[in-house]
Amino acid sequence: MNILVCIKRVPATGARITLTADERGIDTRNLGFTISPHEECAVEEAVRLVEQFGGSVTVLTLGPAEAAEQLRDALAVGADRAIHLLTDGAEWDPLATANAIIEAARAESFDLLLFGNEAADTGDYQVGIRVAVALGLPCVTGVKGVEVRGETVIARRDFGGGWEMYQVPLPAVFTVKEGLNLPRYPSVPGRLRAKKKPLEQREPARQGGGATSSLEMIRLATPPEQGKTVQILGQGVTAVPRIVEILHELRLV
Amino acid sequence: MILALVEQDGGKVNLHSLEMLTLARRLAEETAVPLHVVVIGQVVDGLGAHGVTAVHLAEHDALDDYAPAAWAECVVQLIAAERPTAVLAAGTERGNEVMAYLGARLGVVMAANVTAVSPGDDYRVTRLRWGGSLLEEAWLKGEPKLLTVAPLVIQAETVEGGAVEIRPFTPQLSADGLRVKVYGRTQPESGKVTLADARVVVSGGRGVGSAEGFAVLEELADLLGGAVGGSRVATNLGWRSHTAQVGQTGTRVAPDLYIACGISGAIQHWVGCKSARHILAINTDPDAPMVTKADYAVIGDLHEVLPALIAELRQRIQSK
Ligand SMILES: Cc1cc2nc3c(=O)[nH]c(=O)nc-3n(C[C@H](O)[C@H](O)[C@H](O)COP(=O)(O)OP(=O)(O)OC[C@H]3O[C@@H](n4cnc5c(N)ncnc54)[C@H](O)[C@@H]3O)c2cc1C
Ligand SMILES: Nc1ncnc2c1ncn2[C@@H]1O[C@H](COP(=O)(O)O)[C@@H](O)[C@H]1O
Repeated sequence: MNILVCIKRVPATGARITLTADERGIDTRNLGFTISPHEECAVEEAVRLVEQFGGSVTVLTLGPAEAAEQLRDALAVGADRAIHLLTDGAEWDPLATANAIIEAARAESFDLLLFGNEAADTGDYQVGIRVAVALGLPCVTGVKGVEVRGETVIARRDFGGGWEMYQVPLPAVFTVKEGLNLPRYPSVPGRLRAKKKPLEQREPARQGGGATSSLEMIRLATPPEQGKTVQILGQGVTAVPRIVEILHELRLV
Repeated sequence: MILALVEQDGGKVNLHSLEMLTLARRLAEETAVPLHVVVIGQVVDGLGAHGVTAVHLAEHDALDDYAPAAWAECVVQLIAAERPTAVLAAGTERGNEVMAYLGARLGVVMAANVTAVSPGDDYRVTRLRWGGSLLEEAWLKGEPKLLTVAPLVIQAETVEGGAVEIRPFTPQLSADGLRVKVYGRTQPESGKVTLADARVVVSGGRGVGSAEGFAVLEELADLLGGAVGGSRVATNLGWRSHTAQVGQTGTRVAPDLYIACGISGAIQHWVGCKSARHILAINTDPDAPMVTKADYAVIGDLHEVLPALIAELRQRIQSK
């Protein structure tokens, strides 16, 4: 089974987000970078499927030169090769992003294409579906369970506290969510092996919807704070009577 | 015309669709055009009170269960016939999914989780990023404008409504559109309070220390008739199953009281619990963001505070 997994480099923000002076980006000077937990699960699922059925895992990212770090991370947990669609760091809207991925995917034949349900930063909820439609493949989104039965795959997703089940033939596209599996951590030998695995760089042309359609950022803003002040109920066990009072006030006991 | 895709739960309009209709109606009023909706398979009542003048009802034997690409085909055919200036859906799993199909089919971009719109040739939209940690202002260009409305942001309103015209139509569905269709469901475990519906959520993070450490949280949740949640650290370390995770890539909760035990309050966690009416943080660190942003806080070790609280509550129950 040949699997493509698409991952996106994003800053790992902490307790609060600081914007750059032009308010068009996050101030990342003191931040590390990561991929979405959804995409971590996509990588893990691909590696497990190939461990079980054979084949190869290709990871792909579209992003600046530094995004090679996220590709190496994926290679370290078991992906076999990487494709880096290099940009100058400017944000590509979901149409342009999808078009570049479509072109890369068309050049090969993958049995399964895995995406996150939504990217951690932009949350556009559409790149995976766009790729599926362009390639004429069936797509299940929000996937939290995958079971391969020969040439078909059973996929399930959350629905109202239970599961909703789908069955699709391969090749197919899945957009997945955290909870699908528990991703492994990279081992030291894994990291060493990752350095020797093939990582191919390409510079795709930016082809969005142009004048016909686009989503263009004007600026970012942090949501207004609720402006409450915290009431400290006490230190350690001495606070217990106050907690009980509050539970009473809220009619919870 | 503005067209809105309405989701329903057994003949009743879904809450998030009502929120979406409120934004859609304002948009229709501002641009002086009628508001139409499309429903799949089954007509819903009461839409007049949300400013709707016509309901397009898609009827087809194959639409007996959810099939995202087929739903999109229904809407694509309506768009071709009715030429709406904008198409809206709720920013739910299904809403975002069907709208993404529309975008792909029509070759236009879709703006997900919008909270406000200023119409014009191009729309100036405000939308959620980072699961709600940031807002983005953006230009949305395209014909038609495609957007989903962020859940739980806009209060659903009713208006003095007139008559609603029902216009049934039979869409042409392709075999490709029906390849992906729900073929089975499992029901939720009965009798268990779910995280999303609980009045009290007792949630634990790295400070809980171990899977066994969650026993005190379970005990407190039982006493209060609530559910147990956790941070991503707690689920990633395998202390809890992922279904308990609160936050950007987990569940969003809105209980009366959220008790955060040993959780630092990273922004990705915060967006999952900030809709709680009250938040109580129990943390050894008085400077933890969870503590400074909460309504109430106890500074201390959760493994001392929770057992003492449980003992006190039990004593009260016994002495009653
Ligand atoms: C894209 C993305 C999405 C994410 N999505 C989510 C999400 O959905 N949900 C989520 O939770 N996280 C999410 N995260 C992770 C998030 O950034 C944090 O890493 C995580 O929430 C931290 O968990 P924590 O508070 O349990 O751990 P820590 O940050 O390590 O905090 C532990 C806290 O426990 C306190 N403590 C320690 N011992 C005790 C004790 N004995 N008694 C009381 N207090 C004690 C400490 O003072 C500290 O405040 C996401 C991250 C990214 C990048
Ligand atoms: N720049 C990118 N590089 C690689 N994959 C991406 C990129 N942007 C989005 N994706 C993939 O598409 C999914 C959905 O993204 P989005 O539609 O932007 O929310 C993500 O979870 C990734 O799997």
